[in-house]
Parts: sequence; structure tokens; C-alpha cells
Amino acid sequence: MSQTFTPARHVDPAWRSRVTWAVLALIVLWPMLQVSEFHPSILFDWQSLSATGRFLADFVPPAHSPEFLQMLLRETWQTVAIATAGLTLALLGAIPATLLVTDRLSISMLGTGRMRIAACLLRHGVRQLLVLLRSVPELVWALLLVRIIGLGPTAGVLAISLTYCGMLGKVYAEILESSEAEACDALLTNGSSRLTALLYGALPEAASELVSYTVYRWECAIRGSVVMGFVGAGGLGQRMDESMKMLSGGEVCSMLLVFVLLVAGADAVSKMLRKRLA
Amino acid sequence: MKPDARSSNMPQAPKRDLSGALLALALVLLVVASFASLPLQWAAFFSREAASSIAEFLAGFAPPDMSTPFLIKSGWATLETLSMSALGTLLAAWAGLMLALPAAGRCGPLLRSLTRMLQNVLRSIPELVWASILLIAAGLGPFAGTLALAFHTSGVLGRLFADALENAAPLPEQSLRNNGAAPLAAFFYATLPQALPQMLSYTLYRWENNIRAAAILGVVGAGGLGQMLKYHLSLFQMQRAATVIIAMLLLVALVDALSFAMRRALNR
Repeated sequence: MSQTFTPARHVDPAWRSRVTWAVLALIVLWPMLQVSEFHPSILFDWQSLSATGRFLADFVPPAHSPEFLQMLLRETWQTVAIATAGLTLALLGAIPATLLVTDRLSISMLGTGRMRIAACLLRHGVRQLLVLLRSVPELVWALLLVRIIGLGPTAGVLAISLTYCGMLGKVYAEILESSEAEACDALLTNGSSRLTALLYGALPEAASELVSYTVYRWECAIRGSVVMGFVGAGGLGQRMDESMKMLSGGEVCSMLLVFVLLVAGADAVSKMLRKRLA
Repeated sequence: MKPDARSSNMPQAPKRDLSGALLALALVLLVVASFASLPLQWAAFFSREAASSIAEFLAGFAPPDMSTPFLIKSGWATLETLSMSALGTLLAAWAGLMLALPAAGRCGPLLRSLTRMLQNVLRSIPELVWASILLIAAGLGPFAGTLALAFHTSGVLGRLFADALENAAPLPEQSLRNNGAAPLAAFFYATLPQALPQMLSYTLYRWENNIRAAAILGVVGAGGLGQMLKYHLSLFQMQRAATVIIAMLLLVALVDALSFAMRRALNR
């Protein structure tokens, strides 16, 4: 007696709920598709296909004339310089702001656990200022600053320094407050000044974390400074915007290559630095 | 006791490490070179006339345009921003999953490294750059923005999904396969349930990021609040621009508060 073995068909165990969710999602998504003018057919009409085709065909070979490469190198350096200068200025604002904001250095809170009203108001004020600085996106800062100062890297540097001042100030204060309180408290209780308490009590424990966060932000600033170039804040982004508007695929291609390499390079440098600190 | 014998018993002095000092020096050089090489126009910013023109510029923003038709228009743009981000994230989650399967090494090591490279390229180009490239294919408007978000995010999510799939315990799927289950069934029954919660939380987190990104994408013409901001700023309608900026800040604050509350609720 021979028995034929038919393997059972195993369907996805949760298919019923998955299908239900998908249908529900489609019902919710439908208005969204309408609001965001989601028309994939645009991609396939002849005009846009041919424009895209021409643009992409232009990608090979990437532009590589000596003058162009020289310009590319100059702009890439400018991008890095904007990020570095912006971050340096941000530090100039963020470090004092951190000293003002962090609860760890409050003398009136010692023992009582309550802050003097004036100190409390000051801390809250600075905190709100930091929130305002970082919740306006850097691109919007750049857009506004370009109106004030005009096209060029100054707007980019200022935009980065404003946004990152807010971010760094907040995160620095958080890092300091998450470190052990004993050393700092002991110093303050025994009458040392705030700065001494910070330098000897809080910093030694938090230093490596602070520096590694700063390095990470530098990496973000490089990406940000390319993006801000698109609103006219100098660097690689501004040139990319111009080449894109002239539809010269070759130039865009080499810029994208340089950009990917730049980001990878910044990533590698920041990883190396952070590993040294760990 | 002879001094020689004692000194030979001493442990070796630690090697002096110069690399730290060199790194610090390089850092200082980088900062100095940055400031020196940039054509910064502080004079245009910190002079008396500049101060008065800045004050005038800022005063132009007040009061923000709060007329009802314009508020409704801003409301629609906010909705447009939200739907761009939601659709972009959804597309990206789908594409990310499709990319994650080969990138988790399920189709051989060659495809694994190729898809990983593709993901790296996708995610190292920012949304805004994608948007300005995609404007050529998709035309001005929110569709290009949605696609741009999808492109960038599918790189990010693809990589995270692939890592989640690779980190899932392999034994359950193997034993199903050994007992004769079809490959797809084994994947659905054994590996996907392990990785799914993590994938969902990554997707939600990226959605949160994408709402913020979608608000500014429009600056290159890709729809949403950003496009309104750019439009009104370039017409010097500062009061309307102020309304749009307030809408952006409200949107971001709302998203932040919601995600904070959700995280708190989930961690409890």
C-alpha cells in the first residue's frame, strides 16, 4: 500500500489580520494620497521620461575637467569649513548656556532640594531659548539669514551655529545631569565655586561622552551644510543646486559622488575619534 | 643596595602617547583654517546699519497673518506635509523590506554586499537632495517630496531591517526548513515574528523624523509647508511667512510631545 505524501501548504499564519490591516490602512490612506497629489503616472508619461532619461544619460561620464574638479575641491572644503566654523560658534554659545541651565550646579538646591525663584526663572528662560533655537530647522534659519546677509557661507555658518547651539546646550546639560551627583555635591557643599565643582566634580566623568556627542554633531553639521547650500548658503549644495537647475547630469553625478565620499569620510573620522574616547 | 638593581626592578614607564596631542593640534588647525578660508561677512551683520535693517526685517514678521482663509490654507499645507511623510515612510518600509531580504544574506553573499552598497548610497544622500533630483522626473509638488522621503528612508530602514533579520535567532527557521516547510512559510512563521516588533518601532521612529523633514522639503519646490514658506518669503510677504513658520513649529512640537508620550507609555 503506497501512501502519497502531499506537503501541507503553509500560508502566512497571520494573513487574516494582515489583510484586514492593509484594507483599513488603504481606507485611511486614500485621502492622504489625494492630499499629497500621489500620481505615479506622472513618472511614466513621455515628457518626464525623456527628461529623466536625458538627465541620467548625462551622468556617465561624470564631469571631470580640471577646472571643474578644482572648483569641486574648493566647494567641498568650503562645506567642511562651514560645518566646522558653525560648530565652533555653536560651542561658544552652548557651553555658557549649559553652565547656566544645568541643575547640578545649583547652590540653592543643595540640601533643600528647592531652587531660588530667580535662579529657577533664569534656568527656565535659558532652557526655553535653547528650545526655540533648536526647534526652528537649520534650513529655515538659513533661508531667513540669506535674506538678511545675502547669499554665501556666512548665512550657513550662522544657521548651523544657532541650531546646534540649542541642541548642544540641551544635550550637554542632560549628560551632566545624568552623571553621578556625589562628587559635585560634595564640592559645592564644602564651599567650592561652581566652576571648580564643574571642572573637578562633573567634567571628569562626563568628558568623553560630551566630546563624542560633539564629534557626532560635527558629522551631522557637514550633511546639514550641504543641504543648506540649496537655499544659497554656500558650499557644495549651492553648486549642486545650480547644476541641477541647468540639468547637467555629469556635474550632478560627480558632485553626488564627492558628497557620498565626504559623508563616508566624516563618518569614518568621527567613528575613529569616538573609539579613541571610549 | 645598588641603584642599578633598583631601577631595573622598576616597571617600565608608560610610553608617551603623542597621538592625542597631534589630534588636538589637527583639530585646532581645522578650526583656524575654516575661519581663515571662509569669506565671512561679519561686517554685514554686526554694523549699526545692519542692526537696524535686521530689526526692520524682524519687525516685518509681526503680526503673523491670522486671517481665516490663510489659516485654512496653512492647515491644508500641514495636512499635505503629514500625508507626504506618512506615505513616504510607508513606501520606504515596503521597499526597505524588499531590500532587507537580500541584504540579510538570503540570496548569497554577492547580492548581500551589493544591496548593502545600494542602501548606503540611498541613505547617504539627504532627502532634500533626493527631492531636487526627483523634481525632474516627478515635477514640482508634493509627489516629488513623497518619493524623496521614500528613497532616503528606504536606505535607512533597509539597513535597519536587514540587521534585525540577521540578528533574529536562526534555529526556529532552520528546524522548520529541516522538517520540510517551504522557505516562505518558514520565514513567515519563524523569523518575521521575531523581527517584526523591532521593525515597527524603527518605522515609527523614522516616520517621526520624516514629518520634520517633510516640513522643510518644500524649500526646493517639493510641496508642503516648506514650499509655502519659500513662496511667501520670496514675495516678501513676511507676515504670511511668520504664520507658516509658526505652523511648522507647532507641528514639530506636537510630534515631539506625541512621541514622548508614546515612549513613556510603552516603557512603562
